[in-house]
Amino acid sequence: MTPLMLVAEDFTAPGPSIFDFPPLYEGAPSWLTKPALMAIFGALVVTALAWSAFANPKLVPRGMQNIGEMGYQFVRDQVARPFLGKDAERWMPLLLSLFFLILLWNLFGVVPLIQIPVASHIAFPIVFAVTIYVIKIYLGIKHQGLGGYFKNMMFPPGLPKPIYVLLAPIEFLSNLIIAPFTHAVRLFANMFAGHLILAFFSAVGFWFLFEKPTPLGAGLGVVGVIMTIAMTGFEMFIEFLQAFLFTLLAAMYIGGSLHADH
Amino acid sequence: MTLAATLLAAEEAENPLIPHAYELVVGSFAFLVVFLVVGKILTPRIQKTLAERTEAIEGGIKKAEDAQAEAQRTLEQYRAQLAEARQEAARLREEAREQGAAIKAELREEAQAEARRIVEAAHAQIEADRQQAFTQLRGEIGRLSTELASRIVGESLEDEARQRRTVDRFLEELEGRPEAVR
Repeated sequence: MTPLMLVAEDFTAPGPSIFDFPPLYEGAPSWLTKPALMAIFGALVVTALAWSAFANPKLVPRGMQNIGEMGYQFVRDQVARPFLGKDAERWMPLLLSLFFLILLWNLFGVVPLIQIPVASHIAFPIVFAVTIYVIKIYLGIKHQGLGGYFKNMMFPPGLPKPIYVLLAPIEFLSNLIIAPFTHAVRLFANMFAGHLILAFFSAVGFWFLFEKPTPLGAGLGVVGVIMTIAMTGFEMFIEFLQAFLFTLLAAMYIGGSLHADH
Repeated sequence: MTLAATLLAAEEAENPLIPHAYELVVGSFAFLVVFLVVGKILTPRIQKTLAERTEAIEGGIKKAEDAQAEAQRTLEQYRAQLAEARQEAARLREEAREQGAAIKAELREEAQAEARRIVEAAHAQIEADRQQAFTQLRGEIGRLSTELASRIVGESLEDEARQRRTVDRFLEELEGRPEAVR
């Protein structure tokens, strides 16, 4: 055993159990946990912020409206228009709600005291992914017909016949099973891992500088604090990126169902 | 040891890939609220405002373009009018010059004709005067010659000197009546 291991003997790294929350107080209903509360709180905050920005919009924007418009135009120009073209405006209500809510829920991961990205509980990404999945299949059948939808999906034209033996099942699997699964899991896993990393480094800093301060472990604790700060910045970027990516994929799935593959 | 602790914790923790049923309900509710308020109520408002803004900006640009075109048109009009006026002025000047020249030439012609007429009238007058004088003179000369001859004949031509005196006297008399000569 190296001296460092000796120093770290009693240290326990935070594991997946940090995502398990008991009911908020004694005798509270079992659903009323911190993530559930934060999910509702986040929805209310998004609603309130959006209300202050867009409730009474002016031709010449001021204050919150400027920020809101920045978000709106970001989603419209980077997400909706590239994938939906002229249908972009029609789908903006869904995409904007999705982006704002996921972004705020994700950012909760670095807000002091809250410090839990809501999407690190897979139920929340599943809600979004299932919503998009249902819309995707509904639109696909509506716009391309039941047979046409599956034909366009599994038998893209212009390939040699034997390829379809391989391609058709792969496309079916990828579009109807893997796509929604990865859609939800990508967001969940990023938030889950990010939160675990932050928890780990802050636990290292706290343990070696306060809980069990030793001359040998102090250096480790300082590294933990520095890494916590650095990873917090990185997490903010990841949280934004994942919100963007989730919305982007939603737009892509919707666009793919509206128009048969390009 | 750390790894063992983690594994131990993992065993105790719930499987993170299994969603809690109540969280599905809470998440759906939260998403629904946000979709209804942000998506259904607020997004159309900002879309309307953005469309109006685009329209306002495009309208403003259009208006400015129209105003500029109008100004350009007016300018062209003024320029055309100015050019026309200049041309008109030049034409009038030219016309006046031509008219002036014509008038001058006409006047000169008239003056020359008048001068010729006056000169001719003078000539005629002179000729008439001369004719009259000649006629008058002719009668006078005859009379005077007769008178002189009678005097010469009347006086005895005694000598040369006397004779000369007589002639001289006559001539002096003649000089005393100039109108008769002319």
